[in-house]
Amino acid sequence: MSELDPNAAGDTRRDFLKKSSLFTALTLTPLTVLKAADQKVDERFAEMFEKIPLNLKVNNKPYTLKVEPRVTLLDLLREQLHLTGTKKGCDHGQCGACTVHVNGQRVNSCLSLAVMNEGKSITTIEGLAKGDVLHPMQAAFIKHDGFQCGYCTPGQIMSAVACIKEGHANSKDEIREYMSGNICRCGAYPNIIDAIQEVKEKGTAL
Amino acid sequence: MEFFVDENDRVDGIAKVTGKAKFFAEYEVPGLTYGVLVTSTVTKGKITAIDSKAASNAPGVLAVVSHLNKPSVAGYEQEGGSPMKIFYTDQIFYNGQPLAIVVADTFERATYAATLVQVSYAKEDFNTDFEKSISDSTVKKLQGQTPYKRGIEDAYKTAEVQLEQKYHLPVETHNPMELHGIIADWRPNDQVTVYAKTQGVKATQNTIANVFKIPVDKVQVNSEFVGGAFGMALRTWPLEIATIIASKHLAKPVKLVITRDQMFTMVGNRPASYQKIGIGATKDGKLTGITHTAFGQSATYENFTEGVVNMSKFMYQCENVNTNYYVIPLDMGVPIWMRGPGEATGAFALESAIDEMAHALDMDPLEFRIKNDPEIDQVQKRPFSSKYIKEAYKLGADKIGWNERKNKPGSIVDGAWQIGYGVSVGVFGAGRGRATVKGILKADGSLVLQSAASDIGPGTGTGMTLIASKLMNIPVGKITFELGDSSLPPAPSQGGSATLSTVGSAVNDVCVALKATIVELAANANMDATANFVDVLKKNNLAMIEKTIQSSQNNPEAKNYSMYSFSIHFVQVRVHQLTGVVKVSKIVSVGDAGTIVSPKTARSQMVGGAVGGIGMALTEEALLDHRYGRYINNNFADYHVPVHADVPEIDVIFINKPDLIVNPMGAKGMGEIALIGFSAAVANAVFNATGKRIRTLPITPDKVLEA
Repeated sequence: MSELDPNAAGDTRRDFLKKSSLFTALTLTPLTVLKAADQKVDERFAEMFEKIPLNLKVNNKPYTLKVEPRVTLLDLLREQLHLTGTKKGCDHGQCGACTVHVNGQRVNSCLSLAVMNEGKSITTIEGLAKGDVLHPMQAAFIKHDGFQCGYCTPGQIMSAVACIKEGHANSKDEIREYMSGNICRCGAYPNIIDAIQEVKEKGTAL
Repeated sequence: MEFFVDENDRVDGIAKVTGKAKFFAEYEVPGLTYGVLVTSTVTKGKITAIDSKAASNAPGVLAVVSHLNKPSVAGYEQEGGSPMKIFYTDQIFYNGQPLAIVVADTFERATYAATLVQVSYAKEDFNTDFEKSISDSTVKKLQGQTPYKRGIEDAYKTAEVQLEQKYHLPVETHNPMELHGIIADWRPNDQVTVYAKTQGVKATQNTIANVFKIPVDKVQVNSEFVGGAFGMALRTWPLEIATIIASKHLAKPVKLVITRDQMFTMVGNRPASYQKIGIGATKDGKLTGITHTAFGQSATYENFTEGVVNMSKFMYQCENVNTNYYVIPLDMGVPIWMRGPGEATGAFALESAIDEMAHALDMDPLEFRIKNDPEIDQVQKRPFSSKYIKEAYKLGADKIGWNERKNKPGSIVDGAWQIGYGVSVGVFGAGRGRATVKGILKADGSLVLQSAASDIGPGTGTGMTLIASKLMNIPVGKITFELGDSSLPPAPSQGGSATLSTVGSAVNDVCVALKATIVELAANANMDATANFVDVLKKNNLAMIEKTIQSSQNNPEAKNYSMYSFSIHFVQVRVHQLTGVVKVSKIVSVGDAGTIVSPKTARSQMVGGAVGGIGMALTEEALLDHRYGRYINNNFADYHVPVHADVPEIDVIFINKPDLIVNPMGAKGMGEIALIGFSAAVANAVFNATGKRIRTLPITPDKVLEA
């Protein structure tokens, strides 16, 4: 392991700063380096080196951001943009609670790093209704009581809209198959299927 | 948002479909920091050292809090005792136990730093093997419930027809979709606000006040929306206290959201169980003896018991019944009630055994149940407040097409599939507690009701609004029910199917009181007693009137009756002859739960119970590797909860007859009965389809093929 490797076992960035010959090359005296470390100048460097510019649209609103590459799209939405309608249920792509549309396709946002979405257009549950008018799928979920606790609901609805658009809602069994990536622990499944089927049969543009 | 809400739609439906409903982790608290837990990688022993230097120096880290540096927690200063005192012990009680919390300015930084904490242990031998412990005389067993006996002990052993069988259930995990956690905001004046995932804001408030020895009114608990719980949020878990400790230590708000794998270890489970049932009957099908002995898993550091053998005592007419229930403390996280709790565990054994006896007698299992239906509760020697079980049998049987069923197993074949029908009964106490509701009736025609109740999903606000709407003749849209806030008038936790009965009774009483006041005010103003309350208030120059009422726990007559809700589950299954796959193909669940106050949400609750029952019957099993004491399928890919493709059409039928002994609405609870017994109906249907009796849940294809 080289002296410059910040991941060297037991080292932290602050230790790294204290030792770094890079900083000597930047004509800083060791004393200044130590002082910099104590003043958490490393945090400011981190801001510069560790964050990546990101441009994307969420619900038609453009955002210009700087994010760490390890931030997931889900955590970006929830923790930084405060769009908490998208839910975290497992963080492993196993439950579908975090489903959003990326360029119109349903995606588990917990499995997508935010920086992979450069230039893309994201739609979340908050962007589905047109002002005060609910999206037909939202209205159908209320009518058919397609939820109990409501936690999986945004993911179910985003997935349901995509399911119809993909052409995978031609029968109850087909809907069941293509909605099986969205888990509902309260067990509202039959009601969700009824809601999707009704929206599909009405043929409203989604 | 303008949207026509049907009278029966959920009052919070729009919030839930638009993403506006805020769950605990979604509150924006200024200066919020993020906690991530460091958990034990060994199953039993002592912490010898925690090296947190690297973590503490990692970017953005504010603190690493453990038993080595925690601030004083007044209620934990006294040594020993239960419950586990987090950060006040160096003992490891189970694998995955939280040992430290790393707090940083972002979630990602806290997550990374938590990986840098190095814990050293002095390991000890441990025991996590429930099945092995049952027959191991060196493993301690504790009495879980007072043994019960009526008539002759073990009378089944002398019966004309007798059978004795053993039933096994694995650990099941609640796994609500919302991850557990808390936001804790401890202020320098020793005032704490939390955003919690709880089934009882008052219970959480009291626990926090007790642990930190601060006045109850210094603790504010908010929990408006809860993303499912099924029992796991009926207590305040150590991880919640840990987060409050971290917040106190840092004087900053801290948010903790645990991971899905941590949902398997630190927030309880439905404990593994082993049950023996001995059952005896006369040749013409009268039960003469039932003996039910059960063992449940518990923990070494806290004890847990539940009502596994309750149903066997009174569900069937039988002069001789004895039960016993033990728990086996293991080196595992302590269990907690999971939907249906112990009664669902017991019902799998009893209702399987009843089916086995019907088969032994060559009787239709429905006819056998009807023949042994008790007139009174033989335990308490008093009548049931209401019980329409025979009517329920008939309605359900007609709906599923019970007459298609052949009593001889393996009679119906459709290509590669064998088809079978099964039935079982569920029962749970129709309990009612004490709650206080405040009602504010306003001259603008609206009514606000307030109570520190909870809603984990069944639709508390919807039910309460419908009760008030009917009584006050006010449209649903003009009524608001506020809950999930510990500063509101007290209500008990949402558990044991009692919310509608308990809080609903208080809503009823408040509405009655408000109406009486309006009548008085009308008289004062020389108005007709039937005058509209808006006119009466205006005439009296009043903007509003308020009433706060604590409902009495029971009506005086209640002590003369046994009060229970009942369910009958009918299922049709298809069993694949080559692969052993079981598909539940039809479900009819009948609820004998008194008046149905909120038809739409009540139906959904029954549907949800059936779906949970499919998981319990066919797929759910948390598997431990006993070499390490760790779960090996602690995620949704490997622990299979039912998905869309597993669930057929579900018909729900309600008897919908009032039980006015229980409460003024005539409504009995139904959260538990929706699930209790369901797994036995599936097992009985599998037997009817194949002739194979599976007594160990879940009924996976390998078991079907091997049987």
